[in-house]
Amino acid sequence: MNKTLNNKAWWMVLPVILSVAFSAIMPLMTVVNYSVQDILGPDQAVFVGTEWFKEVMRDESLHSAFFRQIWFSLAVLAIEIPLGIGIALCMPAQGWRASLSLVIVSLPLLIPWNVVGTIWQIFGRGDIGLMGKLINDAGISYNYTGDSTDAWLTVLLMDVWHWTPLVVLLCYSGLRAIPEAFYQAAKIDGASRLAVFRFIQLPKMRNVLMIAVLLRFMDSFMIYTEPFVLTGGGPGNATTFLSQYLTQKAVGQFDLGPAAAFSLIYFLIILLLSFVLYNWMQRVGTGDKI
Amino acid sequence: MTRSVFSRAFLILFLAGSLLPIYWMLNMSLKTNEEILGAMTMWPSNLTFDNYITIFTDEAWYSGYINSMIYVALNMVMAVLLALPAAYAFSRYSFLGDKHLFFWLLTNRMTPPAVFLLPFFQLYSTFGMMDTHIAVALAHLLFNVPLAVWILEGFMSGIPKEIDETAYIDGYTFPKFFMKIFLPLIKSGIGVTAFFCFMFSWVELLLARTLTSVQAKPIAATMTRTVSAAGMDWGVLAAAGVLTIVPGALVIWFVRHYIAKGFAMGRV
Repeated sequence: MNKTLNNKAWWMVLPVILSVAFSAIMPLMTVVNYSVQDILGPDQAVFVGTEWFKEVMRDESLHSAFFRQIWFSLAVLAIEIPLGIGIALCMPAQGWRASLSLVIVSLPLLIPWNVVGTIWQIFGRGDIGLMGKLINDAGISYNYTGDSTDAWLTVLLMDVWHWTPLVVLLCYSGLRAIPEAFYQAAKIDGASRLAVFRFIQLPKMRNVLMIAVLLRFMDSFMIYTEPFVLTGGGPGNATTFLSQYLTQKAVGQFDLGPAAAFSLIYFLIILLLSFVLYNWMQRVGTGDKI
Repeated sequence: MTRSVFSRAFLILFLAGSLLPIYWMLNMSLKTNEEILGAMTMWPSNLTFDNYITIFTDEAWYSGYINSMIYVALNMVMAVLLALPAAYAFSRYSFLGDKHLFFWLLTNRMTPPAVFLLPFFQLYSTFGMMDTHIAVALAHLLFNVPLAVWILEGFMSGIPKEIDETAYIDGYTFPKFFMKIFLPLIKSGIGVTAFFCFMFSWVELLLARTLTSVQAKPIAATMTRTVSAAGMDWGVLAAAGVLTIVPGALVIWFVRHYIAKGFAMGRV
């Protein structure tokens, strides 16, 4: 759509800018403030320049948390996006079955995040939890509180259970927007199921997929509450992701300077990766020429 | 029809898988604590509703639900009202810095809430807004407004511009056009946006817990505190968990048609 040039449109955007500025820029400035000062008391602060940044960057536990985080987010995307597309393709288009599956699919999304953690805490327990007991009865030793691989896999499975529905919802609505005529044309051409997916459904889902990938990437990169409740970051540091590391520093040890410095680095990493992803996906999409 | 059988089986498997943890919670909520911790049983052997009765009679519990609903509703209304004009501007006009502004809005969705815990605490203390519903609603705008603008913009771009122009020729003023003609057209978009705002605000805990203590304490926070205070009252906890799903399930039931029909309209 060609848009008219109208700088008065700024007035319409202004309320949003003001509200977000109140809840984003002002707090962000506080963070910047902390990151370059050593706060000794209510009125005592020493300017320390980039010292906190250097300290944080050298922190070994941050490095491992960072790589753990990257692997986790990649695993989340690699599982949830294809699975979400698959489920959306299987869902009926209309009728009571469609409504019912929509409601069931969305249920995990509507559970507060700490409740999600609590459910899985019990669900995975070897003695009284359904999943833990079933796996142990099948002869596989499984204990998410003791074994770090099990803990990591449990957090991943929990995330897949919790967030694949978001991808399903988005893809489903994308699929429903494809006019019936497209499928009829494909049928006349004798297109295979795979070709229909590749040349009609996938391109038509491009925009909703972009929202899905970006949202899932950002949110999995910021995951905090669910693993915190489920494993508390343990055993050891096996499920300590970046948010946990940050909260430990800021609230647990009250190291405001390093915590603030790390906050800024954290934010910049997400910003950079999202920007790359955003641009890459836009290019991929336009290459299709559909 | 092997394919449809296969896809139906796949779907049913997935739905069953996603219901399993929820079933487990429901199952627990109907048991006594002795039974929960005693042995694994697939369904309650002594069915009890005591856990639910506890929640509905104890003010410390049910006030949590009321608090959550108040700030979620406030947040939903504010986010949609703020986002509507902005989304209209982004979808209809080009103006100085519009693309940068749009991406900047999205970046706010990318800030880990953990980053803002302390600054928010200080900011709202300074304004004397700690422990109020409005504080949580405002804080949640941080991630809901960008999302609302993003989704609404998609819907609005799907409405042909000729409709605006025809309305002006017919003598409509802008506010009248917006209220009478435009809003009804993107009704489903507003429904979907409201659902997403509801969802993200309802499930968020970190900010809500930090900004409240007694008066506006959300249900999710009530649950974590009870865990640490009274040992582990798993039965009541599970019942509270089941009840947290109910409002969301009602909302999704009302917007299900919009999700199926409208959401992708402009975005695809």
